Amino acid sequence: MTSAKETPSFNYTLSENKGALTVHFQGAMDASSAPPLIQELIPLIKKRLPSSLILDMAEVTYLDDFGALILLELKKILSPQKADFHLINTGDKVTEMLSLLQFDALGKARDLEKKHRSGAFIRLGERVLHGVSDLGYVFSFIGSVVLALLYTLTHPHKLRTEDTILYMEKTGVDALPIVALISFLLGLIMAFMSSAQLQQFGANIYVANLVGLAMVRELGPIMTAIIVAGRSGSAYAAEIGTMKISEEIDALYTMGFDPTKFLVVPKIIASVVTVPLLTLFSDLFAIAGGLIVGVFMLDLTANAYISQTIKSLSLFDVSWGFSKSAVFALLIAWIGCLRGFQVRGGAAGVGQATTSAVVSSIFLIILTDSLFSVILRYWG
Amino acid sequence: MTRKTIIQVRDLIGGYGDDIILDRVSFEVFEGEIFVILGGSGCGKSTLLKHLVGLIQPKSGEVIIDGDDISQCDESTFQGVLKKIGILYQSGALLGSMTLAENVALPIEEYTDLPDASLDTLVSMKLNLVGLEGYENHLPSELSGGMKKRAGLARAMALNPKILFFDEPSAGLDPVTSAGLDNLILQINRSLGTTMVIVTHELQSIFAVAHRIIMLDKRARGIVAEGDPKFLRDHSKNRFVKQFFNREAET
Repeated sequence: MTSAKETPSFNYTLSENKGALTVHFQGAMDASSAPPLIQELIPLIKKRLPSSLILDMAEVTYLDDFGALILLELKKILSPQKADFHLINTGDKVTEMLSLLQFDALGKARDLEKKHRSGAFIRLGERVLHGVSDLGYVFSFIGSVVLALLYTLTHPHKLRTEDTILYMEKTGVDALPIVALISFLLGLIMAFMSSAQLQQFGANIYVANLVGLAMVRELGPIMTAIIVAGRSGSAYAAEIGTMKISEEIDALYTMGFDPTKFLVVPKIIASVVTVPLLTLFSDLFAIAGGLIVGVFMLDLTANAYISQTIKSLSLFDVSWGFSKSAVFALLIAWIGCLRGFQVRGGAAGVGQATTSAVVSSIFLIILTDSLFSVILRYWG
Repeated sequence: MTRKTIIQVRDLIGGYGDDIILDRVSFEVFEGEIFVILGGSGCGKSTLLKHLVGLIQPKSGEVIIDGDDISQCDESTFQGVLKKIGILYQSGALLGSMTLAENVALPIEEYTDLPDASLDTLVSMKLNLVGLEGYENHLPSELSGGMKKRAGLARAMALNPKILFFDEPSAGLDPVTSAGLDNLILQINRSLGTTMVIVTHELQSIFAVAHRIIMLDKRARGIVAEGDPKFLRDHSKNRFVKQFFNREAET
């Protein structure tokens, strides 16, 4: 009994003799012929269950590891039945390829050891231990940043001035347009929403108080900090993380530079200087947004709106917002750098660090802001 | 016996921006040969390799791979050419988020219809071939430089392409691993007839594997020597070629 199947450069024929099945291969056993053949021939042979299988390689013109895979799959289905398996008429090239692949050893294919996935408790424990060791690093990083900042304060000429100015530009100047736009719209929205309520009591002029106080005390610092966290905190983490995986941090260290002084101090100083200034701009643009609504919708004069805003704000309010934003800036730069230094592995690690830098900054900003509110409540 | 040309480069002018690094370079590679591109640092070896695999477009000239001019062909022809070539990058260029097995399986899954079980076996065979048996479930970040390079080779060979390009295969490897890699290159070339284009400056490895070489030079911005490496070492009149093969410093 004979059957045949053709593919462009390859075909095979089957012949049976007293329970012994012979497969004659003809042509190239390669990446294009292997997949259809495996899907077709294996079920066919499985059905027949021959007592012995002979593979005739006389007319095989080319055999690579895809071809060897066909032979191996055939060998595998026979082994549970302990049927005979013979390769005949193997040419030099085929023999060489099979020996290169250690085909005989492959027959006893060991099952791949799958990575052991540990139980929930073990993983929980690992997480906790990992978290604790991370926490240790966080504290040591706080220490090294404090020391580096103190050192820079006492040795100001050691500060990398050019880097610091560059970061001031990237963190501050470059962020100004987006901070201004968002704050302006925020002021506009606040005035618009509150005017609907205040108008009912004829208290139009208090829109100025609301926008001014809310922005200067709370929203200005917070909005600016969140924008800076998204723009610059993530950039710090990505920059340092990439340096870490390309061994640049190691190089700095072995050249005798302290990576903290070299990389972290300029970023922290640049942020702490520029973010409060950005906040100031944010306050001004939000008040301008409120002014637009006041003048065009509430029939207030610009003069009245501005003088009401000035009356409602004390110097304390302004400096309070100012110092809050300095603290936020410190946190953003610190956590961005920390996440950068914590990067392990490759490109995926950098992505994770960037995400984590933004999420942690925003969390810390809100947390610190609530602390500030509590302090103000009992102190003010 | 006339040999079939598989790569033909004609009057290639290439470089970055306004810098011309390769000026009117022409050569051909025959099917089944091990062809080495060598030269000192900065002579344009890697730039030439990038032109050969279509990562950079030449300023002018032709790069014909197995009949298709990749400097001018359309996207679908270029995709077809890419299936005929495999590239081993200098540091392996494995995808960091995938295990070695997944890295090697990626092109096979994309371009063939192998059933999953057979795919696993094939991937193990390929990793076995480069001496990485048992490392299927490791991530690239858990491997040494030499192992990454070998895994990169397994991935480059995933579909058994007609042409394999190597960017400095022995750089950063110990002599034993490096000699092992040379042997592997020779064995694959012999048993599969794969054409190999290797960029390197490891002298020992050049003498061990190369059938034919071209040598590039920075000053000439092109080829200064072509032929059998042993012959060039003993008979070349070119001062730079002699210096290179005899490891002499510039005077």
